[in-house]
Amino acid sequence: MAAPTLARGKSAQRPIRPKRRELPFPLNLYQTAVGKKWVMAVTGLMLLGFVVFHALGNLKLYLGAVEHNGEAVWDIDLYGEFLRELLVPLFPRTYFLWLLRFGLMGAFALHIHSAFTLTRMNQSSNSRYQSKRDWLAANFASRSMRVTGVIVSLYIVFHLADLTWGLSAISPDWERGEIYNNLILSLGRWWVALIYIGANIALCIHIFHGAWSMFQSLGLNNPRWNSLRRSVAAGLAGAILLMNLSFPIAILAGVVEAGEPEVSLESNE
Amino acid sequence: MSTTLNLTLQVWRQDGPDAAGRFETYQANNIPDDASFLEMLDVVNEDLIENGKVPIEFPHDCREGICGTCGVMINGRAHGQEKGTATCQLHMRKFNDGDTIAIEPWRAAAFPVVRDLVVDRSPMDAIIQAGGYITAPTGTGGDANDTPIPKEAADSAMDAAACIGCGACVAACPNSAAQLFTSAKVWHLNSLPQGQPERYKRAEAMVETMEQFFGSCTNHGECSEACPKEISLDFIAYMNRDYIKSKRFNRKLAGQG
Repeated sequence: MAAPTLARGKSAQRPIRPKRRELPFPLNLYQTAVGKKWVMAVTGLMLLGFVVFHALGNLKLYLGAVEHNGEAVWDIDLYGEFLRELLVPLFPRTYFLWLLRFGLMGAFALHIHSAFTLTRMNQSSNSRYQSKRDWLAANFASRSMRVTGVIVSLYIVFHLADLTWGLSAISPDWERGEIYNNLILSLGRWWVALIYIGANIALCIHIFHGAWSMFQSLGLNNPRWNSLRRSVAAGLAGAILLMNLSFPIAILAGVVEAGEPEVSLESNE
Repeated sequence: MSTTLNLTLQVWRQDGPDAAGRFETYQANNIPDDASFLEMLDVVNEDLIENGKVPIEFPHDCREGICGTCGVMINGRAHGQEKGTATCQLHMRKFNDGDTIAIEPWRAAAFPVVRDLVVDRSPMDAIIQAGGYITAPTGTGGDANDTPIPKEAADSAMDAAACIGCGACVAACPNSAAQLFTSAKVWHLNSLPQGQPERYKRAEAMVETMEQFFGSCTNHGECSEACPKEISLDFIAYMNRDYIKSKRFNRKLAGQG
């Protein structure tokens, strides 16, 4: 009689990753996968908020030139100055904007770090099937989160170099504060537009799964509105894609053109 | 009228936990289409034994979909292609004559192969144990309806308690996460008045034990599709909520379980 293979009572197996000493709150949240997913959802929500407002702000491109203090200015340049002057009597100029930027950078760092560590954890828990797997529920978006995430983060570096830092190697015509002209001159080049469109499709796919997944990770689940969660995620992803893709298309089609802002001041008299 | 099927099986054979495994091809001829998947394997094994070969080891017990012992990957799907069905409830009439069927054990780092199609699922027992159990004799159970339970809570607990612990959720998960299993076991008790005293302690202990063995949830939803009891993904959200609540408000220190 062979010895029994399975032990009774306490689990026969040793943990793959034994429990570590618990750190004080709130660091203990980040020690477990459920906590990390919570952090990923919260930071994802912050980044999603940024993406939505970034796209909405960029829609000002279509408002063209407006009259400001007796001068003609591009409306989007005015908006850029508004962001730098956010809460100005309370904070010095650009301070609050930098506060927001540091918040976003922190969110990015945590989002990427949690994704990286969770991926490592999943790989160590996994054992590959030798026959062909048949996926039923996992869609393209959910299975490509790591790829789309990497594409989007690489694109953000390019996007910053192109339009925020104005590296002369990428955008030789860049000038500080000239948001309207910088944007049109940069996206008017077909290769930049192509990179932009590709990255935004990746972003849309990432949001399609991320915005739904967020509800589950945060424990936001109520039979009353569960059926809306997929639609909210799909709607958000679609709306953001539409807004963002409109910019290179409008620029390449010549709907908006770079130049000096002009307004007929007569109408204001 | 019953018809018979002739099938080609590609079965994972592995002599022991440390042995190298390989697929072996077998012919399963004259299988009645009334047979269950496990009965088909029985027929194949009879044949192997008669020919002096080692039969295929596969996990099975009640063969009526309630014990959670059986479970193999059939053509890349946990418990085969039928929804809400355990391997033992899968019938051969769902296959066509001449089909090739690939049969593989559950795969996860925490589910080492014992032999052929049998895996060691004891980490799931460790999760159950972390949820707490009564060791002291406390007399007989109370009368029915002693504790008033809202109908909705009873229904929710019952849906969660439908979990038979077969491990299909882990097997189907690309991350080998046991979130669906653990959340069903957590919610089974946490949704009921009787489960409240240790609600948060239980959520923490079970989640943290789960994470010692299994991966993390990426919300693909494969687990729920594979589940023979069609356990809902909602329980995963409930478990996450209880776990985060517990950590955020430090209910352990506050004496709330």
